[in-house]
Amino acid sequence: MNKRNLILYIAILTATVIAPFLFPDFRTQLATLWLMIIVALTWDMTGGQMGYNSLGNIFFYGTGMYVAAVIAIGLVYDVGAYTDAAGGQIFIFTEAQYFSGLFLGVIGAGLFCSVTAVVIGYLTFGLRGPYFAIGTLGVAIAAGELVSNWDWVGGGQGIALPVYPGDFDIGKLLFYYLFAGVGVVLFIFLKWLYSTRFGEAINAIRDDEEKAEAMGLHTLRYKLTTWAMAAFFVGMVGAISAFQLIHFEPLETAYQTINLGIFMVVCVLLGGKGTLWGPVVGAILFHVFKEVTWNYLLGWQWVALGALIVVTVVYFQDGIMGWLMHRRPEWFGIRVEEKDTAGA
Amino acid sequence: MNAIIEVRDVSKSYGGVAANTGISLSVDEGGITGLIGPNGSGKTTLFNSIVGYHPIDSGSIKFESKEISKLPVQAIARRGLLRTFQQTRIYGKMNCVQNMLISLPHRKMSFFDAFSRHGQQDYERTDGLLDFVGLYEKRFLRAGSLSFGQQKLLEFAMALMNEPTALLLDEPTAGINPTLINGLIDRLKRANTEFGITLFVIEHNMRVIMNLAEKIYCLAHGQLLAEGTPEQIQNDQRVIDAYLGVH
Ligand SMILES: Nc1ncnc2c1ncn2[C@@H]1O[C@H](COP(=O)(O)OP(=O)(O)OP(=O)(O)O)[C@@H](O)[C@H]1O
Ligand SMILES: [Mg+2]
Repeated sequence: MNKRNLILYIAILTATVIAPFLFPDFRTQLATLWLMIIVALTWDMTGGQMGYNSLGNIFFYGTGMYVAAVIAIGLVYDVGAYTDAAGGQIFIFTEAQYFSGLFLGVIGAGLFCSVTAVVIGYLTFGLRGPYFAIGTLGVAIAAGELVSNWDWVGGGQGIALPVYPGDFDIGKLLFYYLFAGVGVVLFIFLKWLYSTRFGEAINAIRDDEEKAEAMGLHTLRYKLTTWAMAAFFVGMVGAISAFQLIHFEPLETAYQTINLGIFMVVCVLLGGKGTLWGPVVGAILFHVFKEVTWNYLLGWQWVALGALIVVTVVYFQDGIMGWLMHRRPEWFGIRVEEKDTAGA
Repeated sequence: MNAIIEVRDVSKSYGGVAANTGISLSVDEGGITGLIGPNGSGKTTLFNSIVGYHPIDSGSIKFESKEISKLPVQAIARRGLLRTFQQTRIYGKMNCVQNMLISLPHRKMSFFDAFSRHGQQDYERTDGLLDFVGLYEKRFLRAGSLSFGQQKLLEFAMALMNEPTALLLDEPTAGINPTLINGLIDRLKRANTEFGITLFVIEHNMRVIMNLAEKIYCLAHGQLLAEGTPEQIQNDQRVIDAYLGVH
């Protein structure tokens, strides 16, 4: 890493740490910004880097929420009795119970989602192009319906988690740092992953999977591993969201296919598929756009959002990073190099 | 000489089209074998059958004396039997160097090796082979931006990077500038002698194949029509008729 990049990364890290103190009124929005960055980066692992456009990643978000809830509640009480009580009985969580539930819930959600990604991937990775997109979307929709009919986890009413046992503002800070922490770890992880032979392999699958097979690559293994890694992070942030929101519903919140499920794709398209920075830049722009339109264009916010999607897809297909790469190929190392200048 | 690839009585049809019927042939280890035949005679179909691209209807295919006709493409490739595509397939959005690096042999690679980076020797081999096919200057360009002929050369270099035991080339000189063809013939021969790779080559250019191969098979209408040395094939009346469209 050269000096300029090092300074840039230190500046970003510092901004990340102090942001909730600079903008104390926007702690929840900043936490949501990190959520968007995480779901965009993980979507790009399969969509941008591997060429498999999933519309079902929201499945891992929703499943992460439920797994976390079941773990956090199940550690202390009977889950069925808890969801049955409807306010009649009072359930109390001590501070220790809350934090062990939070910790185990987040980790457990990540692991559970990784395993389900392998199972679902095994069934859906035979599908290509639009069929894969629709197949995975079907999984997310079906899961939402199934869970909303499953009384043990609260059915259509959803489920409520224990409330943060301390000061409300400190709680907001905690959730901000949880999201930001996962985001920073994810970014570093991907920066490393994309520099390894693994990164090359999934790029090869994106460019021509049949060629990759003909060259002897373990294509299915790479695909399953990639999705399992993505699902791990999405499951974790689903779990964190569950604790942050306290109460959530299956269709509107957990398996929200048309909101977050589509937003993550828009973020990546806006920023540029298949690049490390594209999803980050796209998520920031998208989040700002969404907050502004939701606050100032009330009633028209969905129209504005639709217009943004159309403009991106029609005029900006390669996103901001793609446009930059086109304009300044030398920044990305695309150049003709004569033999005698090499190694100089 | 030992046969490294043995095809026995292989048939393959697509719906009603019998693309290959009862084909038997063998490819000698360490040599260069040619496969010719008019358009649509079933040459590419036979290659696809050998590398496991599709299941065959009947027959047997052996590589290094082991039956491979039931194995999937990847498993056959990892045994060291590789093919290039008539239509040329490279990884378009990756640059030439990346195309080469991802072509390193995967049979030697464990799952955890995937999480390592390339060593200096991998880059040196890449540079050497790109130089060998004349693409060194273009190595940081996206492979998809190369011309068809250059992509053909890149695909050949990628195959060499994979260190195969045997390599099936589907029309390696198609789309290559005629003035460069002699150079390519020379490189194919060097791949055979210097790297010790057995070659099995489909070729439409008669001058090329007569120059290159020690033994040639000719297909027509999905069946084996003739086999022999370049001289025998050149003078075989059935081959001449097949190419002139006389039946
Ligand atoms: N995937 C496929 N589906 C249906 N028919 C096919 C398919 N592939 C090949 N064929 C048919 O099988 C026959 C043999 O085709 P093949 O591609 O093997 O010929 P070829 O000898 O390689 O021809 P060329 O010299 O033009 O490349 C042709 O009649 C072709 O139409
Ligand atoms: Mg052919």
